[in-house]
Amino acid sequence: MSEDDRPDDEQPAKPAGKVKPPPLSRSKRQALRRKFLRTVLLTGGVLGAGLSGFLPLVYARKPRLRPPGALDEKDFLASCIKCGQCVQVCPVQAIRLADLVDGVGVGAPYIDAREQACDFSCDAVQCVLACPTGSLTYKKPAFLETRPGAQLAAKPILLAKEDDPEPTLNFGERMGVARLTRPESCLAIKGKGFKGPARGHTFRGKMRYMRVDRWKPIRIAEYRYEVEECDLCVRECPIKDAISIETVYAPDGSQRKSPVVHEPCVGCGVCEMICPTEPGSIEIMPREVWRT
Amino acid sequence: MNAILRRRFLEQIMVMFGREPKKPEAISEEAQQIHFVKRTTNKEKLQAAAAHAEAHMNTSHKWRNRRWITLALINLFFVVSYHYDIQILEGALTASRFIGFHLIDLNSALQVMLAHRNIITNLLIGTGTVLVLWILFGGRTFCSWVCPYHLLAEWAEKIHLWLVREKLVIDQPVDRRLRTVFWIVFALLAFATGYTVYEAISPTGIVSRALIYGPGLALLWVLALLVFEVFFSRRAWCRYACPIGLTYGVVGIFTPLRIKYTLDGCFHEGNCRKVCLVPHVLDTVIKGRAVHTEVPIGPDCTRCGLCVDVCPTGSLTYEVKGLSKLM
Repeated sequence: MSEDDRPDDEQPAKPAGKVKPPPLSRSKRQALRRKFLRTVLLTGGVLGAGLSGFLPLVYARKPRLRPPGALDEKDFLASCIKCGQCVQVCPVQAIRLADLVDGVGVGAPYIDAREQACDFSCDAVQCVLACPTGSLTYKKPAFLETRPGAQLAAKPILLAKEDDPEPTLNFGERMGVARLTRPESCLAIKGKGFKGPARGHTFRGKMRYMRVDRWKPIRIAEYRYEVEECDLCVRECPIKDAISIETVYAPDGSQRKSPVVHEPCVGCGVCEMICPTEPGSIEIMPREVWRT
Repeated sequence: MNAILRRRFLEQIMVMFGREPKKPEAISEEAQQIHFVKRTTNKEKLQAAAAHAEAHMNTSHKWRNRRWITLALINLFFVVSYHYDIQILEGALTASRFIGFHLIDLNSALQVMLAHRNIITNLLIGTGTVLVLWILFGGRTFCSWVCPYHLLAEWAEKIHLWLVREKLVIDQPVDRRLRTVFWIVFALLAFATGYTVYEAISPTGIVSRALIYGPGLALLWVLALLVFEVFFSRRAWCRYACPIGLTYGVVGIFTPLRIKYTLDGCFHEGNCRKVCLVPHVLDTVIKGRAVHTEVPIGPDCTRCGLCVDVCPTGSLTYEVKGLSKLM
């Protein structure tokens, strides 16, 4: 029976002044010891659960792709308040919140580019505007360092806004860098064309097609391509001069066409989402910096 | 007909013929007992006792219902704002915008600033608004009127109490100082590791996000807590662990909205302490403990109103300090 459950009249008021309390009975001592053990148990349980959040950090194989303007991973996880306001403003629902498997990152936003990339349909990086803590930011506070190669040489020009008075996206650090990770399956390298919806009829991802409607992203499954030589990654890249099809020379002297990523690449993931091969031939390396 | 009544029968015939009635010479034992009770108590007291017994029978759920509706509406407002794109209340309970104004949960803001080791100006504005709000409405009022985990735990508590009545489980209380220890440990952990460790296990944040953005595996942790509370320790998370409760408790120290105890009418039966989430705040209702005729209940009280509902004498009421003087 806990102290609080005793009938009121049984509790005597303590006499004033310092009087040495009478020695506790055996049963009372046992009850106190059990209560202490339970307290230790609950302490261990809650702290254990809290600290187990670090396990995913230790075992993480690949970093998450974070929304545009995210601070470096550690600062990002420290400052994110896990409210999901970035999720709410994204017009293509590219941003998701991490679940239990992300440990201390639970509730923090990430982008699964293959399923739904950030295509800057919002024109103005709305998620950065929505962030209340500055985890996503246009300009890093002075006390945080910038990793070499993370800083973009110039503000990225959004092709959709190229004719607007202000064509740039207002953020300075890249999310990652695109890389042709499976050149053997790339249709451009094989010199093959492509017909039909890029990712099949059941794909749920959305994108803004300027030639369809600037203000309304549509499902990629609804858009049919017909190209002689595949250049979907170049064609749909929302950033100016970030990727192009170039003629490259192999060591044996033979030449072929290939997508080549350039310095303005911000790592948004549209190329990864649109690549029609399965699995995708081009992927974003989250947090990767530009190396010359 | 016994002898006493037979004598009165004959006397009444004499009264009919003109004799004055006089005091009886003998009274039956049963009647004497009742006369004794009636001599020692008066009519008002008897009526009061009957009314009191009736008050025990008619339990009100006025404040509980109002609170549940408020809690559900606030949390639904978040959900509806997002799903129907109304954009009035955006975000989750950890941080949100209400018609553009930042609202930041105080404990989350503290964890973030400790982990980030930086005072974030935007956060300060939002925390300021929330701080003023909860100083006005009473600190831990957040717990019982807003926190969605509180409602789940309240339902789990009903199951727990039923199991206790059926003698299937026994409530295992834990040392209440643990909550203070957790508060310090999680603050230190955030500062030392640079990660908001508490935010990962906060059932308030997890449930709030699950409601708004859809359920996830993190709810398993919340389920584990509820199972612990049902089978092992009554309301363990809110009572012994949650640092958010302590943060808001501190905010509510100087708050005008609180529960007031009036000594005069109280029968000291202790029903209020049986329904209370934090019975230690109601120690003043124990016979002989009240230090004054009216005593305000302390800052750890969540202003849930269960005691107000259950009190048969109206000795516990909501009070806004100073408002009664103004009116």
